Amino acid sequence: MTTTVPSLTGGTEGTGTGGTPEAPYALSHLDALESESVHIVREVAGEFERPVILFSGGKDSIVMLRLALKAFAPAAVPFTLLHVDTGHNFPEVLAYRDRTVAAHGLRLHVASVQEYIDAGTLRERPDGTRNPLQTLPLTEKIQAERFDAVFGGGRRDEEKARAKERIFSLRDEFSQWDPRRQRPELWQLYNGRHAPGEHVRVFPLSNWTELDIWQYIARERIELPEIYFAHEREVFSRHGMWLTAGEWGGPKDGEPTETRLVRYRTVGDMSCTGAVDSDATTLDAVIAEITASRLTERGASRADDKMSEAAMEDRKREGYF
Amino acid sequence: MTTTGHTAPEQLSATTLLRFATAGSVDDGKSTLVGRLLHDSKSVLTDQLEAVERASLGRGQDTPDLALLTDGLRAEREQGITIDVAYRYFATPRRRFILADTPGHVQYTRNMVTGASTAELAVVLVDARNGVVEQTRRHAAVAALLRVPHVVLAVNKMDLVAYTEPVFAAIAEEFTAYAASLGVPEVTAIPISALAGDNVVEPSAHMDWYGGPTVLEHLETVAVSHDLSGCPARFPVQYVIRPQSAEHPDYRGYAGQIASGVLRVGEAVTVLPSGRTSTIEGIDALGTGVDIAWAPQSVTVRLADDIDISRGDLIAPSAGLPAVTRDVAATVCHVADRPLTVGQRVLLKHTTRTVKAIVKDIPSRLTLDDLSQHPAPGRLVANDIGRVVIRTAEPLALDAYADSRRTGSFLLVDPADGTTLAAGMAGDSFAAAPPPAPAAGTDDEGWDF
Repeated sequence: MTTTVPSLTGGTEGTGTGGTPEAPYALSHLDALESESVHIVREVAGEFERPVILFSGGKDSIVMLRLALKAFAPAAVPFTLLHVDTGHNFPEVLAYRDRTVAAHGLRLHVASVQEYIDAGTLRERPDGTRNPLQTLPLTEKIQAERFDAVFGGGRRDEEKARAKERIFSLRDEFSQWDPRRQRPELWQLYNGRHAPGEHVRVFPLSNWTELDIWQYIARERIELPEIYFAHEREVFSRHGMWLTAGEWGGPKDGEPTETRLVRYRTVGDMSCTGAVDSDATTLDAVIAEITASRLTERGASRADDKMSEAAMEDRKREGYF
Repeated sequence: MTTTGHTAPEQLSATTLLRFATAGSVDDGKSTLVGRLLHDSKSVLTDQLEAVERASLGRGQDTPDLALLTDGLRAEREQGITIDVAYRYFATPRRRFILADTPGHVQYTRNMVTGASTAELAVVLVDARNGVVEQTRRHAAVAALLRVPHVVLAVNKMDLVAYTEPVFAAIAEEFTAYAASLGVPEVTAIPISALAGDNVVEPSAHMDWYGGPTVLEHLETVAVSHDLSGCPARFPVQYVIRPQSAEHPDYRGYAGQIASGVLRVGEAVTVLPSGRTSTIEGIDALGTGVDIAWAPQSVTVRLADDIDISRGDLIAPSAGLPAVTRDVAATVCHVADRPLTVGQRVLLKHTTRTVKAIVKDIPSRLTLDDLSQHPAPGRLVANDIGRVVIRTAEPLALDAYADSRRTGSFLLVDPADGTTLAAGMAGDSFAAAPPPAPAAGTDDEGWDF
């Protein structure tokens, strides 16, 4: 057998003013976060019948999948994946999604916003964004497949309403979130009991920050969709953000396009996910850029959060993840 | 000292994590302290600050209201109150922090219990003008009950008492004596003004007499209690991993997070509650074989013998086993709106095991204000703390909460709809008070009580 001992922080940290050396068995913060998240993932495997991982091909869901792969190694991940396809996804991300699903022998469910629009169940919004339209296909898929635990890659550092979200978040038969009626979450004792028709949203990355995600991706050498790295792209400006021109409906008249060196900090619907100017082509460069940034990732790249002061909360109440 | 909100990755990757909770009543300035801590440690980014400024202006305020940084829900902003525990994240070059921001309002006990359950440190806020009040004692008692290893007394609004030392010293002395009587092992008292920024992140220019750390400096340097590794090992089995694949036809691993102590390959272990014994043949730390692993690592353990083990079992070194019992005497904090009554049938969730149970007795209810015991209350209602005696349908491998927060804690759950009813801590409520310290007056260096 091998004898790789996880890195110790040793006695060099925390020896500053008034402090004492850390105990020898300390974990680095990434190891502590990883360990906690794996615990959460395994709790779901132990307590639920039909869990599913929401997988968009974005960095958070990629890290979440990596944690699930590690949690059950050398066995397979005992969950299926679910992607809510807005119909306006970046082609590079869809290709990454399919590659990943195939590489790990996983099963992917897709809930399609386009199908709902084609059937007349959902109507295209005047602003063209399809993010709010994801909720119905998502919740109907959960009901149809009788998923009882739905993993989301949401992090509490993303947004104020998310800071209030439990790790195990009970949803009623309409998938609604009621922030006033959340179960207290004590110690590491997660209560996943639910009535038939209800389900639990599970957020194993709750305690991670954007920087943690990137540091972990670097440490684990995880491949990402290329749009996370600087590349030349035809974009146009709307509400102070660079949006990708495309079949989803942008640009309108008076929104000239130009080719810029950009990258994405988040991956979502093309109609509301903005690119940032960047020359970061490597993980190290991306980490350096985020470290220096004075904007949050959602502030920099998500139009849908800016619709109102409580946009995220309102979407979450309706069943959004 | 200086800090930056974002920190160079090479520094951060080696830092540890401190989880802490704040406690304070409505007008003690807790939101201001949290806002100040985030703002002055440069953890608030431009767009967040702009959003706060925009919202403040929209309400007719001429200065940004930092409480809006933390009040995330529509109802909270509408009412100007904090409804529920929120978790916040920030980092300095020395350490990464998870702050459980607990509201001081209604439902305070269950909220503080929630925040304190995972905290290694609690900041108790006191208004310097009012000193130690009923609510302060309540906060100290909850911190003591939850066995939070470190307690910080932040004496706030020092600017309103002319930054005078005697005011601070009297409050610090009273609080420290009270905390010591509850068995709180360590109290650090810091005089601050959250509004003016004194001793929160930057040292105060108004209190030369204070030689101790700022709040942030203390948070950065306090020794995180990894003495978990010094306790006897406890490994609750979460999930059995059996690939049954061509590559791993015979692999059988027990996955879990080490709750306390250290596990080593070759160690003799006992599986509870069955009592079967074996030795650890291998430890897989998330895919990598290791010889040794410790709390709170998530690992997979393989045993030399093929014995019947499933989720809910506990693996522990044969040399140091917990008691196995069906009779649980504990302190509970009741967190649900419906009461807990004698004779009630409940589910008890302990580590990875959930068993049927019945509330046999509620011998007393604790009055947090003066720590008196109200005998035989018959029931506990929301925010009550009381002693309970519970009989379980199956035996539990249970430690005292004093020995392990992880294997001494449990939830009581309503079997009908899954509501979490109560948070339980097995064994005695409060630690014994430490022996009296040497006579005071010999050390006037700072206020590191």
